[in-house]
Amino acid sequence: MDSSSKLSRRAWITTASGVVAAGLIRTQTDAVRLDAQEAPPPDPTKVPGRFVSPVGRRAPAEQPERLLRTQALSSSSRTPLHELMGTITPSDLHFERHHAGIPDIRLEAHELLVHGMVERPMVFTMADLMRYPRVSRIRFLECSANGGGVYRRERMPTEVTVQAIDGLLSTSEWTGVPLSTILREVGVRDGASWILAEGSDSAVMSRSVPLELLDEALLAYGQNGEMIRPEQGYPLRLFIPGLEGNTNVKWLRRIEITDRPTHSRDETSRYTDPLGDGTARQFSLVMDAKSVITFPSYPFVLPEEGWWEIRGLAWSGRGRITQVDVSTDGGRSWTPAELQGPVFSKSTVRFRHVFEWNGRDTLLLSRATDETGYVQPTVQQLWEARGPQTSYHQNHQRAWKIARTGEVTFGLGELV
Amino acid sequence: MRWGWPTQTRRALAAVAVIAILSACSTGEPAPPSGSMVPGDAAVMAGTTGDLPANAPNRFGFGREASESRIALWDIDVRPDGEGLPAGSGTVAQGREVYALQCVACHGPTGTEGPNDRLVGTEPWTDYPSGRAIGNYWPYATTLYDYIRKAMPQLTPGTLSDDEVYAVIAYLLYLNEIVPEDAVMNAETLPAVQMPARDRFVVDDRTGGVGPIR
Repeated sequence: MDSSSKLSRRAWITTASGVVAAGLIRTQTDAVRLDAQEAPPPDPTKVPGRFVSPVGRRAPAEQPERLLRTQALSSSSRTPLHELMGTITPSDLHFERHHAGIPDIRLEAHELLVHGMVERPMVFTMADLMRYPRVSRIRFLECSANGGGVYRRERMPTEVTVQAIDGLLSTSEWTGVPLSTILREVGVRDGASWILAEGSDSAVMSRSVPLELLDEALLAYGQNGEMIRPEQGYPLRLFIPGLEGNTNVKWLRRIEITDRPTHSRDETSRYTDPLGDGTARQFSLVMDAKSVITFPSYPFVLPEEGWWEIRGLAWSGRGRITQVDVSTDGGRSWTPAELQGPVFSKSTVRFRHVFEWNGRDTLLLSRATDETGYVQPTVQQLWEARGPQTSYHQNHQRAWKIARTGEVTFGLGELV
Repeated sequence: MRWGWPTQTRRALAAVAVIAILSACSTGEPAPPSGSMVPGDAAVMAGTTGDLPANAPNRFGFGREASESRIALWDIDVRPDGEGLPAGSGTVAQGREVYALQCVACHGPTGTEGPNDRLVGTEPWTDYPSGRAIGNYWPYATTLYDYIRKAMPQLTPGTLSDDEVYAVIAYLLYLNEIVPEDAVMNAETLPAVQMPARDRFVVDDRTGGVGPIR
């Protein structure tokens, strides 16, 4: 029996037991059809509503989607930041980056091997891991390639959404067992300084991470209140708050404790940052502070002059965001924005600033500061430090231009 | 107040909020910012921020000891010093045949045509590499073994024999003008290969803070 027929039968049983006039009975299947194909009634108070359902759905008119790059085994999809509010990313809109597709894994079959420089090499089933004391933390996850499309002077786009630019960013409440608990369980030997984390996708993707950056790491199996989704690593992923997305190895099956990095393909040939002087930075793992304005941004149009609220997100892999400044004059003057608390470490924070648009050409910018005192740089500062063509970690200030027509486009080209 | 709680409860909440801020400092979770907090937020943030409950034992004992054979089955990564390399060997000539059969469809006749990653690139670079080919960007030859054995060919990953992996690496290193045509790759020769980009890589010197942007 497929799920729709099961639903309609359940709905039928419910309605048949009550006193309901013929003609007013609507099965769940009918309701689905109504949602999908018919306009809402002109007066919802004059038509009986729908029944309860096992799984909720979005309002038919609200259908945000991830933006796909290509249909390939190694590809990505981006979170529609301009269509979301608050800080938590709905799990089905969390960005994706896979290197060999999404593996299908049975919960009962999945095991984690922890070995190497340990007293007791061990194998854990998911039931074992889920029995350990559990923590939940709200943290961002960002691919270090985020923003790469708005770095090069000669390729600065205008008609591009914040989703396309920076949608490799999402925030969730992640639940799991702290890595520190498991390391205590296996007993890390003296001299150990790195781990190798390896996934069970068909690339057997692996990354080396220094132990000193793993204090807050989780072996995560939960995301926003439910089991982690397949494209996010079901049933188990490494989650390292503040570090570049690729180190958060999905479908985690093995952790080896070592005293040196492995220099896997994704920490040599990829995820290294050429600096313009013939060298390339390796193990550039921490995500520096950054902010993006999500409204107004392309393709929004401000229909009239007057008061509007600038809205955006700020985050830092080095701790808590302490301030976000907003400029409405292309960076000549800055005003602190309101931060929506609570502000969590290594999570996104929503910032807001109301301003009165006078109908003229206007260039909006935002600039984040984190608890280390680091201030989100300009693109010119990054060019100065890393040259004009570096890859990854392009966390420079973004700009949006409001034209006199009210049309909003990406505006960094106005400043370079 | 958002909720109509009695005054005593509000006082208790405020006290919890203060404790929350203090304990947050001591557990590594930064204190919440001043400003737009409501007591409810502070109380929520108090919660448990530590990794383990105070009464946790030294070990819980969940899970089982990993056997040697289990570790050997999965511990297949290869490091620059050659640790993890299996027995076996392969020649350039053998690798040419493996490449023609297993690799050419995605990487092109000479390793430069794609459609997937460019494998061959020998031109030195002064500012940025043009492409991230084996010959001009990969710092360690052992990474080829680590990656190809696990992840390639893309549609039938992990199916090459140990000898075939050595052979196709020999061929790729030959195409990149790193080893001669009579080279043989094995657990001794592969880690000894000096890759042209070996000294290109530098440590991450970004530190956050108020210093210069790096």
